Amino acid sequence: MIKLIEVTKTYSRPEPALENISFHLERGQFCFLTGHSGSGKSTALRLAHMVERPSAGEVRVSGFSSARTSRREVWKLRRRVGFVFQDFRLLPGRTALENVAFALEVTGTARKDIAPRAQRLLGQVGLAPKASAAVHELSGGEQQRVAIARALASEPLLLLADEPTGNLDDRATRGIMKLFWEINALGMAVLMATHDLELVRQYPKARVLELDQGRLVYDSADSAGAGEGSEG
Amino acid sequence: MFYTLREAIRNLRRTPLLTGLSASMIGLALFVVGLFALAAYNLQLALETLEERVEVVAYLRDNAGSYEIAAMTDALTNLPEVLSIDFVTKSEALLKARRELPEFRDILTDLEVNPLPASLEIQLRPGSRTRETVDRLARQAEAFPIVEDVQYGQEWVDKLFTLRRMGGVTTTVLGTAFAVVAALIIGTAVRIAIFARREEIKVMQLVGARDEFIRQPFLIEGVVTGALGGLLAVAMTYLTFRSVLQYLFTISWIPTQWAGIGVLAGVVFGLIASNLSVRKHLREI
Repeated sequence: MIKLIEVTKTYSRPEPALENISFHLERGQFCFLTGHSGSGKSTALRLAHMVERPSAGEVRVSGFSSARTSRREVWKLRRRVGFVFQDFRLLPGRTALENVAFALEVTGTARKDIAPRAQRLLGQVGLAPKASAAVHELSGGEQQRVAIARALASEPLLLLADEPTGNLDDRATRGIMKLFWEINALGMAVLMATHDLELVRQYPKARVLELDQGRLVYDSADSAGAGEGSEG
Repeated sequence: MFYTLREAIRNLRRTPLLTGLSASMIGLALFVVGLFALAAYNLQLALETLEERVEVVAYLRDNAGSYEIAAMTDALTNLPEVLSIDFVTKSEALLKARRELPEFRDILTDLEVNPLPASLEIQLRPGSRTRETVDRLARQAEAFPIVEDVQYGQEWVDKLFTLRRMGGVTTTVLGTAFAVVAALIIGTAVRIAIFARREEIKVMQLVGARDEFIRQPFLIEGVVTGALGGLLAVAMTYLTFRSVLQYLFTISWIPTQWAGIGVLAGVVFGLIASNLSVRKHLREI
């Protein structure tokens, strides 16, 4: 599903944002990517979404390789990978339904199918009653649900989430996590970046990768207690 | 295509203030060009009126026979640059002198012998009223034996052509400068409007929209905003023209094609600016 092979990413600073990272996320896995701020979590996700390209090494996602996928073709990858952000990134001035419908529209869904599918996706994330609400009228948790519904629009096999609960209170966080697990239970792999170790501990079944200063310092799959997913 | 049009109209309606501001900036930028075009066009008309007065006068010897005069008239009329030739007899010349030079009327009335020569007044076709043509025609006229002298107001013609050259250079330089400034302002206006929506462009990319799909509504918005700005500029220029005509002096309205070119310039600049700006944002991720 995602394979990073000896990936290094360097920006203008001398020390790399990611250094010689390798890991393989299997289909249907739920994986936390943890680490302090600046450890390289977001960079890893951006590489997986091919928003950035590695300075060295190779990123393979859902059959697309960073070495062979041109910038003009990257939309094909993005339709197979959902992305959820900490700040939701919804289109302002549009309703919840329009935000989801938009993702269906731009990815070539037949016009007659758009509204019913958008409505169904909002139902899947528990927001059917708020379909016609403008996004600025929704709470943070609700906005994140709209963003998840939008990420699911193209029926991806992989969901990338960058601190998706970072702006939410405990109750909303629990709701979003429950939703992620439900989605994962349907067979979708989830790679979620978070610095919240308390949150990670609540889900011992998940795989945990920990980054520190751009290096992969822990992978629960390699440790004896991999199935319990304890962090280091 | 349906999506593109609907999305463009929806965006324009969703951000009426931004659309209005962009169109106004484009309108003001093109208005300056419009004012300049109005001034340049009227200067051109004034110069053309002056040029119509450019003529070559061949003064004839007193012994010129009517057959020779007719032959000379025929020969010159056949030249492509000659529009018409008027034969002015000696007595007509005297009458004209009395009319045009009232201060010498007494002297001219008491004459026993008419000292004024007969002449051929040669008018040139529009487009042939150049210094070179006038010179050449004067030499050709001078070559006829019945011609005493040829005059075409050399100094005046020289000044007129210098003025026309200066007008031409000034119009080109200033016109280009105004057009470049207008293009830069339009580019900035469109870029500001698109910059305000750069997040939207990113989101579209992140959900898997193709570049063309993202770009097309922006291009249509650029065209519409540019056309609105162009129309606004034409309207403002026309109002200025009406005001000058009513309160200051008589001027002519620019040809319709010029106004059309103004609106088209808004459309083209709007299209180019949106294309460049969207491409830049598309390349960011």
